[in-house]
Amino acid sequence: MRKFTWFNAVSLTFGFAFLYIPMIILIVYSFNESKLVTVWAGFSTKWYGELLQNEAFLDAAWVTVKVATISSTIATVLGTMAAFVLVRGGRFFGRTLFSGMIYAPLVMPEVITGLSLLLLFISVGLDRGVTTIVLAHATFSMCFVSVVVSSRMVTFDKSLEEAAMDLGCTPWDAFRSVTLPIIAPAVISGWLLAFTLSLDDLVIASFTSGPAATTLPIKIFSAVRLGVSPEINALSTIIIAFVTIGVLTASISTKRAISRQKRDEQMAQQ
Amino acid sequence: MNLARRLLIGVPYLWLFALFLVPFLIVLKISMSDYAISIPPYTPTLDLSEGWAGFRVFWAALDFENYVFLTSDDLYWKAYLSSLQIAALATFFTLLIGFPIAYAMANAPDEWRPSLMMLVILPFWTSFLIRVYAWIGILSNEGFLNQILMWTGLVSEPLVILNTNTAVYIGIVYTYLPFMILPIYSTLEKLDGSLLEAAQDLGCTKIGAFWSVTVHLAKPGVIAGCFLVFIPALGEFVIPSLLGGSKTLMIGKVLWEEFFSNRDWPVASAVAIILLLILIIPIVLFQRNEQKQREADQ
Amino acid sequence: MNATDVFVPWLDADAKPMIEFSGVTKNYGDFTAIDNIDLKIFPREFFALLGPSGCGKTTMMRMLGGFENVTKGTITIDGQDMKGVPANKRAVNMMFQSYALFPHLSVADNLAFGLKRSEMPKSEIKGRVDEMLRLVQLGKFASRKPHQLSGGQRQRVALARALAKAPKLLLLDEPLGALDKKLRQETQFELMDIQEKTGTTFVIVTHDQEEAMTMASRIAVMDHGKLVQVDTPDRIYEAPNSVYVADFIGDVNIIEGRIAKADGEAAELAWAEGHSPIRGMSGAGVSSGQGGAFAIRPEKIVIGTEEPTDVHNRISGEVEDIAYLGNISTYYVRLENGALVKSQTANTRRIARRGITWNDKVWLSWTDTAGIVLAG
Repeated sequence: MRKFTWFNAVSLTFGFAFLYIPMIILIVYSFNESKLVTVWAGFSTKWYGELLQNEAFLDAAWVTVKVATISSTIATVLGTMAAFVLVRGGRFFGRTLFSGMIYAPLVMPEVITGLSLLLLFISVGLDRGVTTIVLAHATFSMCFVSVVVSSRMVTFDKSLEEAAMDLGCTPWDAFRSVTLPIIAPAVISGWLLAFTLSLDDLVIASFTSGPAATTLPIKIFSAVRLGVSPEINALSTIIIAFVTIGVLTASISTKRAISRQKRDEQMAQQ
Repeated sequence: MNLARRLLIGVPYLWLFALFLVPFLIVLKISMSDYAISIPPYTPTLDLSEGWAGFRVFWAALDFENYVFLTSDDLYWKAYLSSLQIAALATFFTLLIGFPIAYAMANAPDEWRPSLMMLVILPFWTSFLIRVYAWIGILSNEGFLNQILMWTGLVSEPLVILNTNTAVYIGIVYTYLPFMILPIYSTLEKLDGSLLEAAQDLGCTKIGAFWSVTVHLAKPGVIAGCFLVFIPALGEFVIPSLLGGSKTLMIGKVLWEEFFSNRDWPVASAVAIILLLILIIPIVLFQRNEQKQREADQ
Repeated sequence: MNATDVFVPWLDADAKPMIEFSGVTKNYGDFTAIDNIDLKIFPREFFALLGPSGCGKTTMMRMLGGFENVTKGTITIDGQDMKGVPANKRAVNMMFQSYALFPHLSVADNLAFGLKRSEMPKSEIKGRVDEMLRLVQLGKFASRKPHQLSGGQRQRVALARALAKAPKLLLLDEPLGALDKKLRQETQFELMDIQEKTGTTFVIVTHDQEEAMTMASRIAVMDHGKLVQVDTPDRIYEAPNSVYVADFIGDVNIIEGRIAKADGEAAELAWAEGHSPIRGMSGAGVSSGQGGAFAIRPEKIVIGTEEPTDVHNRISGEVEDIAYLGNISTYYVRLENGALVKSQTANTRRIARRGITWNDKVWLSWTDTAGIVLAG
């Protein structure tokens, strides 16, 4: 059967070192006393303090969170609807176009998505700001949500909905009380994905934002172009910490749920 | 019932239509317009108040001049070629690094695998921009890598890596590595160990069995991984603009500069359209590979 | 016992059917799933739809449940035309093949699900749920989630949930399909018991003929969207109306030939040159001169080493194989014309005492009413 060889151990060690060392260096240097990022001058948390004083960064962070929250919520609603249409919609006029429009944004280069949306907003005379970024983010992340949700929908046992209707539910009631609670994990991970995509996005936001609204990635990008700065290191560390905690919590809780389910199933067989 | 169904289909449909298809058509239209010093910086604009006549004037003014311009200025076709080359080579390097990792994960004990998976996925959730940025500090002349190399005495002068194509390759490999590992791992994980034993039983050497069974069966995953790296790398903007130098030519960066620095929207649109046309080929191939795999799974 | 005590409403011309299919056809595009079916099912019946997969039995049930539309014809339940009545407005409940238990709800909440959506006052729901839990003996498991139950327990929850609203009609789609054999046999009797207690009309879909034979008051054997035979289990077994039904239900020997004589109850089949025709009961539509087949169950064929003299039907052959199944043995006997006939004997004696072994020349015999002559 499978054997874990020395070669495997070496590949894993080097692979994960490659993936993680850059981030570890970043984190370590965020605690560097010196402004010169390449010279270690002792431990300090002063860059975190300065970061918290920096109004521009705080404003951008607030805009980013706001945009991400609103756009991922819209994307989740639209993406879930689209997933239903893809999996259950049956035949309707323009179905091919519809699924094309769901899948195309997934592979569309961000520069093109950004450019095209900007040209749209200009031609309809919509002022660029939070609204336009939200519209842009909701549009491309709804496609990701619909992919996540539809892959869950495919394995959904349709007889559960039929059973609900058989027991007196209207179709909407069946969706609300049976389908939605069951596919909720997929919908939630769709939301999280949309939220992260929005937090992360630089290119589309750069095209669709105006002077009134700057997001954190745009701010970071313009700072980074001038070179490495300890403040950005501190900010990166905070972001990495948030993501790590989030991902760890999510994966531990799913792991627990799975093992609990397995244990229950084993007990039920006895 | 019918109203509900219409709403369910109609709302996401109209949303995508208005915010995906229409913008795309606008790009197509502007790519055939002329540059003008005005706001917006192109002509003609469609004047709906003049009705059909206005539309005809508008239609007559569209041409392929910008596309002709793209072929005449060698900056553009060099940028396309160099993007293709960088994306292809970077994909190859990613495969070279990603395959052994995926293979090792598939061979790892069962109880390690969820944690290993998480370690691969974690960087994917971390900000792309930050992960690219992390390399600036490592690759710069007085950066981490050069400090180590000088300290060990391997080099006497700092290597110039940042702001070269090498840095772009490193950036792409680093940021897209999870996209390569995951599909390969998922095909290797399904691989039945007894197949290898059967191959050896039938007279294959170990390496022969690895080649004819493992590599062969991992092919769909390898192909999927390559496309998942190649397609986004081709239109990449952040990596060349942060890690690349002035000589690094990638089409995403050219488009950005054409739009923001030169404010030549018609040319930027034409650049975008050509990029899409180039992308259609790998996307169709990728789709076909996925389709084949789905059919094989059933 | 008095004739009126026997439950045979289908023989009573005045009995009012609970369900009536008239001229029902169902098409999926070009494919005809149900082909012009007429059928009456009566109150309190335990009615089984039996057939191989793809014969249309599930479609029949789903049309009753309101999950499929009828292309042509009408279905009435209690005299009411069901056209356009959605599933949630029908006094019909269904037990799904996958059980379709809501995984996010406890057993008690699963049982209460339908009641909450009925006109039952809130205060009575709990009592009804407890009553249903008692009926299927799951009182202890009320707060468990479906994945914390064994297969048999899940099956009972599904049954209780479907019965909770006291439907006039209960549809059961392969209700025992997911259980192992031993549990299946126990559950069959439980189902019959519950059907009797609640007085509900049961319509069950199954591909397992043993299950249908054990539980049903009547069985409809289906093939390619048509009803081949609708009858009581014993009639289906003893008097199949076609080779298809005879072959589908239980083990059977089919001997093909030409009908030599047919008068009323009895018929004869000429099957081989130089042998006297086989005598049997006459099946439906049998007439002299046409091609036909003789069907006989293996257990009705007596095997012996000496030629019997007191029966008309006797053939000699050679034992080719013996399958010893513990309680019974099946002898595979090759006839002179090359046909293979199975004869089954109960092993009432110890194995060593059996007189017949491989390659023995034996005689097969059966009475004049043991088999049936069917039209080809």
